[in-house]
Amino acid sequence: MIQTQLAIIGGGPAGLCAAISAAESGSKVLLIERNDTLGGQLVKQTHMFFGSEKQYASTRGIDIAKILLDKLEEHKDNITIMKDTTVLGIYEDGVITAMRDEDKYMKIKPEALIVATGASEKFLAFPNNDLPGIYGAGAVQTLMNVHGVKPGNKVLMVGAGNIGLIVSYQLMQAGVKVEAIIDAAPKIGGYLVHASKIRRMGVPIYTSYTVKEAIGSDALEKAIIWKLDEAWKPIAGSEISFDVDVMCVSVGLTPLNELLVMSGCEMQYIPELSGIVPMRNENYQTTVPHIFTAGDSCGVEEASSAMVEGYLAGLCASDHIGNRHPMYEEKKADFINQLEGLRSGPEAAHIRSGVEKSLRR
Amino acid sequence: MTNEENTIVCRCSDVTLKELRDLIAEGYTDYNEIKRLTRIGMGPCQGKTCTQIVLRELSMATGKKVSEIENQKNRPPVVGVKLKLISEEAQNND
Repeated sequence: MIQTQLAIIGGGPAGLCAAISAAESGSKVLLIERNDTLGGQLVKQTHMFFGSEKQYASTRGIDIAKILLDKLEEHKDNITIMKDTTVLGIYEDGVITAMRDEDKYMKIKPEALIVATGASEKFLAFPNNDLPGIYGAGAVQTLMNVHGVKPGNKVLMVGAGNIGLIVSYQLMQAGVKVEAIIDAAPKIGGYLVHASKIRRMGVPIYTSYTVKEAIGSDALEKAIIWKLDEAWKPIAGSEISFDVDVMCVSVGLTPLNELLVMSGCEMQYIPELSGIVPMRNENYQTTVPHIFTAGDSCGVEEASSAMVEGYLAGLCASDHIGNRHPMYEEKKADFINQLEGLRSGPEAAHIRSGVEKSLRR
Repeated sequence: MTNEENTIVCRCSDVTLKELRDLIAEGYTDYNEIKRLTRIGMGPCQGKTCTQIVLRELSMATGKKVSEIENQKNRPPVVGVKLKLISEEAQNND
């Protein structure tokens, strides 16, 4: 059995920041990542981030990943990195099990655990939704921005949230034609600055439209959309057809919570946080005292807030096992303040409401 | 085929919207029961793609809010593991 002070599940923005923060507090950290690279979704983000200076605003996501990996390197005496390793289960005696490279099964006993597993993409139910050519936005970003592969030639983007808008722009940068962006909601969900940029490039955005069906024999050839009325019911006769070989489904993310669920911590469905999330206190400690959480796994937000939550969870989980940072109170107050700043605008009203519901004081 | 027969809810086990709605119409409104009958949520993705759709269908059929519908149980391991690997680790006896 592998013994460690603090195990962190997930090497995305939240997990990386948790590891850095915990190491700074003097904890011995085991960082476990399912993939062969660290950075999570950051490495697919070629656009510059918003937020403020402390969360690397105006820096591209992929460069933020590099900054965090350099910081991780500074603490290499305190951090062990285990890549290609999937955590399989969390048990009530505190043991976690994991598998590396599909050829080694192991047991790990940490004194404390931070679950930073991120989120998974939501999927849509419409006829022929299993045709090749229908992708999630995450898959399109992986193909284009990680592997340099064009997913196709003509795309219908489903979802006008920030991910849908940003991926549409990235598709155009890659020379792929975006025929249209549609969204079932009556207004564009993403930032207007992204939407305006895309409209200026001539791409129509249809709000209150959803997918009626996909058509194709061996792969996607056509996508039919139709309009929704005020009660979100489709209107017959409002169909529009697009000749596309790619449909990119970007209808939101939901917290990847299976490990938290099996750990026995109290969970609740909170729509503002996009799914079933763990109840937690201001230290990001769940109702199972040695288990902490950070990032999208405790509520879908932005990478910037995931990073701050990671720093905070790393600080507090370390304190929980007796490694109190000399400037614990100051750091904690700063992180809480940063989170409040990130969640302060009118765009973040739903996040504030969701966070309030998930807090256990 | 009808539209519902061509709509996949669970990609891992190829369960269609028709199969799901037929079961709900028969009175199965418990996610864990539906899981055992159809294998929805038991494939390689362990419910990551289908759960939100199933919860919404159950919500529409029962009139309950999604927050009031019991989620499926998650159990270890979250991905398939060869028994050989578990038996090798068990030799350590710790």
